[in-house]
Amino acid sequence: MVENRRAVTLISHLILWFGVLLVLFPIWIAFVASSHSSEALLSGTVPLWPGDRLLLNYRQIFLGGGQSTLGVPLLRMLFNSLVMALGIAFGKILISVLAAYAVVFFRFRLRMLCFWLIFVTLMLPVEVRILPTFQVVADLGLLNSYTGLTLPLIASATATFLLRQFYLTLPPELLEAARVDGAGPIRFLFDILLPLSRTNLAALFVILFIYGWNQYLWPLLITTDESYYTIVMGVQRLLAVGDNEVQWNIVMPTTLLAMLPPVGVVLIMQRLFIKGLIETEK
Amino acid sequence: MSHTTLPVFRQRGLPWLLLLPQLTVTLLFFIWPAGQAVWQSFWMEDAFGLSTEFVGFDNYRQLLTDPAYYRSLWTTLIFSAGVTLLSMGLSLLLAAMADQVVRGARFYRNLLIWPYAVAPAIAGVLWLFLFHPTVGVLAYLLDCLGIDWNHFLRGDQALLLVVIAAAWKQISYNFLFFLAGLQAIPASLHEAAAIDGAGPLRRFYSITFPLLSPTTFFLLVVNLVYAFFDTFGIIHAVTQGGPGDTTTTLVYKVYRDGFIGLDLGGSAAQSVLLMLLVGALTVVQFRFIERKVQY
Repeated sequence: MVENRRAVTLISHLILWFGVLLVLFPIWIAFVASSHSSEALLSGTVPLWPGDRLLLNYRQIFLGGGQSTLGVPLLRMLFNSLVMALGIAFGKILISVLAAYAVVFFRFRLRMLCFWLIFVTLMLPVEVRILPTFQVVADLGLLNSYTGLTLPLIASATATFLLRQFYLTLPPELLEAARVDGAGPIRFLFDILLPLSRTNLAALFVILFIYGWNQYLWPLLITTDESYYTIVMGVQRLLAVGDNEVQWNIVMPTTLLAMLPPVGVVLIMQRLFIKGLIETEK
Repeated sequence: MSHTTLPVFRQRGLPWLLLLPQLTVTLLFFIWPAGQAVWQSFWMEDAFGLSTEFVGFDNYRQLLTDPAYYRSLWTTLIFSAGVTLLSMGLSLLLAAMADQVVRGARFYRNLLIWPYAVAPAIAGVLWLFLFHPTVGVLAYLLDCLGIDWNHFLRGDQALLLVVIAAAWKQISYNFLFFLAGLQAIPASLHEAAAIDGAGPLRRFYSITFPLLSPTTFFLLVVNLVYAFFDTFGIIHAVTQGGPGDTTTTLVYKVYRDGFIGLDLGGSAAQSVLLMLLVGALTVVQFRFIERKVQY
């Protein structure tokens, strides 16, 4: 282009670096805080460089002890979050694969009604119907259970829609050919459809894992038993100490650990993540 | 839906079997509770929770004449507008720059996309720590500049804090979509305009921005939905809706009135109004998507 490319490029890089710093700054400060003692953080001069208590702080959050930790071990909370994330991701994928298959490849009465029943859940996020959903789960005796944590969240329609869109792009000859070769519906699903949707399912898995791990309101409502706490709500519990001083040297390492798995998934499976993100919104 | 060209299987029972899991969960945890919310919104419980009485539209009437509800609505609008503008503005700037640079675009993208994976509540805690009146780095910095920061006491500062935390988390999402939109604009248009003597800013306003408008509109709806419904964690972890009710958004109010205030009917009526709102937003979103397909 006609302008001085050098200057434009330089400004672009400067602005991008500013953006990167803006995004990284809270994490850096959280990391710094996780390496100082509580007294150092409360003394008034704010540290910007890591201290020498990093290992001690992490040891304390893993081993517990002291008045500053919850009555539940950190590993237990991480495990609960993992169960929730995997349960929601696999559960949603399983029921969506089946439902989308039925809606696209079969013709039966009330097909459109089923389609709209699933569609309408897009308009009912947990946040707007928390109280009645809580009552249903309580009536079923699912409070403080892994089923209660995962099952009510696996039915949203986004995954079903993504797969339906994908199935509709497949060439009709595929089904014809399979039929000519004598494949029934089950055979077609397992031998042709699923292998073809492998990358779509993987992309979906990345998005759903993040969604499941980051759930907050729902575990907050239905778990009163500490042994079912997830790590994300555990962080909030550490903050809710009433009039006592918040133990920031405990809160910050816990916060970093709570965000590590989903952030790691995004960074490691970046290509799938971007594919999933753009397709779930189509 | 009319894909008559696609050949189909003719089995009768099998599709129902395939649909059974999704339909069961949908009916049990979505349709039934939503129906319950509508039902409960017409009933009122007495102060002791001993008896309920059918009150027709009284819950709605009470809600729509309650100044607190309008305060919450106003808070929600300010909050959503703030989050959307801040996050989309920053993302557009960064995406435009990343589209410009020849080297390192991938590197920047990698460093910018991961906040998407941070839970809203966690994003809230990170920013709470930065702005904490006694330990926060930024609160300290503001203090040096003569600004007295205490979001535990000042409502406007509390609102600003949750806006910043919510916008920060959304930057990566907007950045990815803006970047994809920008990269879809043919470079020849820019080159032609440059030859005609248009500078970079002029090119941005006259070419990039109009061609980006489908993406912008799509992101506008997504960001509004995000600010309305997905930010509960930020507000609950950072301000608990306070001080007073200065950061009580509509979604937080449903929770507060229902679980803490134990006002079942009032909370249910709020749920129903919110469902209508999501419904409207979803329709807008789908209308737009239909248009995008023709684009």
